[in-house]
Amino acid sequence: MALLEVQNLKKYFPVKKGVLSRSVGEVRAVDGVSFSLEKGETLGVVGESGCGKTTVGRCILRLIEPTSGEVIFNGRNLLQLGGEELRRIRASLQIIFQDPFSSLDPRMTVGQIIAEPIKNHLNVSKAEVRDRVAYLMERVGLHPEQMGRYPHEFSGGQHQRIGIARALALNPLAIVCDEPVSALDVSIQAQVMNLLAEIQEEMNLSYIFIAHDLSVVEHISDRVAVMYLGRIVETATDRDLYENPQHPYTQALLSAIPIPDPEIRRQKIILKGDVPSPLEPPSGCSFHTRCPERKEICTKERPAFKDLGGGHRVACHLR
Amino acid sequence: MNTDKKEFAAFPEEEALVPSRSRAQEFFRLLNKNRLAFAGLAIFILFFLTAVAGLVLTSGTKPVLDPALVRLPEKLRPPLSRPNLQVLRPEQIPRLGIYLLGTDDLGRDVFARMLQGAWVSLTVGFVAVGISVVVGIFMGGIAGYFGQEQIRADRILVLILLFLGIGLAFLAHPSLGILLFALGICLWILCGRAKLRLEGSPWARFLFAETISVDTLIMRLVDIMLCFPSFFLILTVVALLPASIYNIMIVIGLTSWMGTTRFVRAEFLSLREQDFVTAAKALGVSKWRIIFRHMIPNAMAPVLVSATIGIATAILTEAGLSFLGFGVPPPHATWGNILSDGKRFIFDAPWLTFEPGLAILIVVLSFNLFGEGLRDILNPKLRERY
Repeated sequence: MALLEVQNLKKYFPVKKGVLSRSVGEVRAVDGVSFSLEKGETLGVVGESGCGKTTVGRCILRLIEPTSGEVIFNGRNLLQLGGEELRRIRASLQIIFQDPFSSLDPRMTVGQIIAEPIKNHLNVSKAEVRDRVAYLMERVGLHPEQMGRYPHEFSGGQHQRIGIARALALNPLAIVCDEPVSALDVSIQAQVMNLLAEIQEEMNLSYIFIAHDLSVVEHISDRVAVMYLGRIVETATDRDLYENPQHPYTQALLSAIPIPDPEIRRQKIILKGDVPSPLEPPSGCSFHTRCPERKEICTKERPAFKDLGGGHRVACHLR
Repeated sequence: MNTDKKEFAAFPEEEALVPSRSRAQEFFRLLNKNRLAFAGLAIFILFFLTAVAGLVLTSGTKPVLDPALVRLPEKLRPPLSRPNLQVLRPEQIPRLGIYLLGTDDLGRDVFARMLQGAWVSLTVGFVAVGISVVVGIFMGGIAGYFGQEQIRADRILVLILLFLGIGLAFLAHPSLGILLFALGICLWILCGRAKLRLEGSPWARFLFAETISVDTLIMRLVDIMLCFPSFFLILTVVALLPASIYNIMIVIGLTSWMGTTRFVRAEFLSLREQDFVTAAKALGVSKWRIIFRHMIPNAMAPVLVSATIGIATAILTEAGLSFLGFGVPPPHATWGNILSDGKRFIFDAPWLTFEPGLAILIVVLSFNLFGEGLRDILNPKLRERY
């Protein structure tokens, strides 16, 4: 059985207006997302800004309360847990944030930041907490002697390492990485990615790796899910997706990856127009407003999520 | 040095870190650069020491400097004049052998009275601001963190019953009051029990309707409090209550918490969206720990600034009240009532007006300067980032 099973997850944000703050509509940030995550596996989630990637990640951890759906983690539905049970299960499902600067409390020392989850969940002595923090700092490539320093004394990459150490503190089973490297320099991106990969191997972790950069996702993922306007339009294994993309949107995304070789010429698929408003998503296939291969049926019927074999699934009428 | 370098090389991303400075060191370094704020702090410390010395020297049954000792032959002596030893009994001779700041119309030593008044100003300033900051943080914190919670109609009904009950019980009809109070508690328990059973019925829709959010309630209360001209509100309350220094502190405190509430609410609203708060939630940290450990320390900077300036305002308000005769009852001296007594002799004895006036000016100015400096120092955008 899968470690994490997400079923038909939905999050609608109500839009309120006026003095009485009446609901005048809803933003369908996540509109029926389903996927599963095996132990030790990395699922990459890609899509452009505003497609609901981050919302999915936060709904899984219940940092945002989902509207409906199921999140089954280790055999238990997280959305039905409350209070103490939820608190305890959160120890094994962690998150790493995008913004390295706002994700650490500026008034706590690095030691205190990493020690917080340990103190909060385990009843251990001060010396043990210290040892554990020192170990974690060493593990993510920081000097344990810098325990007493404040976050503003560190660089962005080091911030991210501290965030990783904090997420690892309780030996989690899965980590939601919410664009952990998109705010970093390219050279440091690689270091952080390698660190994440090393730790995964060592601790047999599962990652949900959210990113808007396909080349970053390619580097680390086993499987990739492509999101568009709150829905998953295609999932496939890493190699399958990059070599044989099926959905027109995925094809467009892949063609936009720059190749560091000026000699190579290739056909770029350039999408026209903007992402439609999630307030009033288009009828039928949500991509039909920008799809280069649009047919009559696309505007009327919502495509089913078809299995093309080998775990390659796509939501398109034409495949 | 060499070994250091080798060690750093093991961590490729490592930059040579600047020597670690604690927050306090950083604070004093920046304060040192800001001359005016530093002067403000220095004067404040001087004022603090003076006030404490004043308390020690002028209180007790046989104080070293007696602010209430009347020497009628020696009235309205100018500052730095020597006492006329022929007309004074031995116990009336001032300890310093000189009237440092002159004497007033009853021959009391103004220096001793100023010292006594300094302690009043200090305590009024700090206690009043302490009250307003505690109330402000509490209200602002609730509005900022729990603001989106809706208050149900039945809860409001219960609250009205409870308050009405308490009010009636203490003022007019004890029995009726207790009855209403009991009714309120019954309703509270009943509504809690019946919530599930009544689900869907038209009654329930009315009774359990969500009326307003906590945020709206508190912020409208702030707006209402700000509508009152606070000085006149204080005058009214002080006229009704027995005149004492504690009542004045409490009244000043309870009419000046609104600014802090707004600051704290604004800070909380922005902090609760920050990733480190989300991270704490994801780690299963309890919400009270999030509030006290993560949010309040990060929200304190503007509160500290407004508190510093608030102390100046409170001292000024107290002086104003004393000047109008609503403040601390005589014979206890405050800067305000020295000033008030002195205004009758402004041409014969100008020092009686100028000394307390200058003292108030300097102290209030120093607090304001320090507060302004603090705002600059605590502003992270003006700090150096590494």
